[in-house]
Amino acid sequence: MTQFLQQMINGLSLGSIYALVALGYTMVYGIIKLINFAHGDIYMLGAYIGFIVTTKLGLGFVPALLISMVGCAIIGMTIERIAYKPLRHATRITALITAIGVSYFLEAGTQRVMGAGVQTFPNVFVNETIMLGNVRISTQQIVIFVVTITLMVALQFLVNKTKIGRAMRAVSVDGDAARLMGVNVNAVISFTFAIGSALAGAAGVLVGVYYNSINPLMGMLPGIKAFIAAVFGGIGIIPGAMLGGFFIGIVETMVAGYGSSLWKDAVVYIILILILIIKPAGLLGKNTKEKV
Amino acid sequence: MKNWFKRTNLLWLALIVSTYVILNVLISTGIINNVYQTVLLTIGINIILAISLNLIIGITGQFSLGHAGFMIIGAYSCGVVLKLVAGGTIGVLLGMLIGMAISAAVALVVAIPTLRLRGDYLAIATLGFGEIIRIVVLNMEVTNGAAGLILPKAVSWHMVYWAMVICTLVIVNFGISAHGRACISVREDEIAAEAMGINTTQYKILAFVIGAMIASVAGALYAGAFYVIKPEMFTYSKSIDILVLVVFGGMGSITGSFISTVLVSLLNTALQQFSSVRMIVYGLALVVIMVFRPSGLLGRKEFSFDALLKKFDKKKGAAS
Repeated sequence: MTQFLQQMINGLSLGSIYALVALGYTMVYGIIKLINFAHGDIYMLGAYIGFIVTTKLGLGFVPALLISMVGCAIIGMTIERIAYKPLRHATRITALITAIGVSYFLEAGTQRVMGAGVQTFPNVFVNETIMLGNVRISTQQIVIFVVTITLMVALQFLVNKTKIGRAMRAVSVDGDAARLMGVNVNAVISFTFAIGSALAGAAGVLVGVYYNSINPLMGMLPGIKAFIAAVFGGIGIIPGAMLGGFFIGIVETMVAGYGSSLWKDAVVYIILILILIIKPAGLLGKNTKEKV
Repeated sequence: MKNWFKRTNLLWLALIVSTYVILNVLISTGIINNVYQTVLLTIGINIILAISLNLIIGITGQFSLGHAGFMIIGAYSCGVVLKLVAGGTIGVLLGMLIGMAISAAVALVVAIPTLRLRGDYLAIATLGFGEIIRIVVLNMEVTNGAAGLILPKAVSWHMVYWAMVICTLVIVNFGISAHGRACISVREDEIAAEAMGINTTQYKILAFVIGAMIASVAGALYAGAFYVIKPEMFTYSKSIDILVLVVFGGMGSITGSFISTVLVSLLNTALQQFSSVRMIVYGLALVVIMVFRPSGLLGRKEFSFDALLKKFDKKKGAAS
């Protein structure tokens, strides 16, 4: 039982990070139907921005988190403007290939600038371990959890209660109708990219703090897993991405803890394929009929 | 039977044989040294991979990101046979056949559930399957896990050349056959194709299985030609590398795949010292091509002797 609770806590920490990245995937997909393959690399850039802010500028955790979020928001909007905007009306496959190109570019560019090797993320705050019975919780895990929940609540407020949030929901239901109602669709899409990228940037800093090491290719695998999390919860649905993120994180830690860590990635892919076959709209999604 | 000896077919035969002879002469006189022979092997194997993926993506319009999974099946089938059963050409051929059989079976298992999905969902599902295949290989006893297999050299460039020619003939002729036309109709408009009485699922699966088998041929050749195979060589980045070749050349153009593979391989060799710059250039080129020329170098155009001869005949007619 103790081991189970321990794995659960580790799984929730990992799941928080997947959930933050998955939110960006799901928001972008919801609004322009694009699998933003480069999203995992924005998460990587977030970690690197956090790394530079803490080591070169000597700032603490909170400024690092905020600067990284702002930086990633700007990068996300720039990518959207340069690479995706000209393809608004192209086929989805064309857009997907472009996103793969952006991903390659960001990975290789970071390798070139920062070096291909692993960098050590500094300890930005004192790490203590709290014992709850026999279960160990580190301060890092608490911080990850608190930051994630705060950001999710803020996002829910933004999407459901504000004017820009209503515009985002309108564009995701029907972009053309929203434009007729006077919504500035391009601005809304830019804003969505900014928010999604900022969340990924926060996840990047958190993962740097959690694992203490970052490298230019760290975004590839978590990017795909976060996407799987988004699909699992129902792509385009914000609570679905949170649910999916936590679920994938917990499953992965459980497989690694009780089975073999060699198989944990395979299990995640099997979940993806099962969900695509059984309920392609995702756990919280509604089935839509195809019209000719 | 008379169709077999059409003028264009004879011209193609002449092109194939003369290219072979020229390359042979260049190698025996030492103009193509050992380094360039390796480049030649890479080009041949990559052409097989590119055209087999082009069959799935370009001709049938099904977006697959799991091609490296089938390459790994071929590579390890051949590797295990070379290690345990027989060496040399016989071993490679046997391994190739076994690899094709396993690939066909796996492709069927992958295709039946996933090909119901469309577009980007299909891409992600095939990516997942490709990675699952790799992780299975990574965890098997006979494949020696993450350390991989070290193999004797068993494939010469002659074999790669003729394998490339045979694979190209199979795919080109499939493309212009009735089945190929059906696949093209699936690409153009699945619903319309279905309304015309075409069993779209069946043709999608057919193209997918043929593509997978040919990719495993390329994998087997790779294992025999490059001494070492490891699971980490066949991650989904490998699938994306193959995709880049197809997209550069033009999705749906076999000629385009040939040209882009040769160009990219030469570029890779030239930029070998600057591998990080190479990846930046790759990424940028993908974005630029998609934004400004989404159809790739050739679009769907093919080189054909027919068209060339017609132009030639017309000119001669005008002159006389």
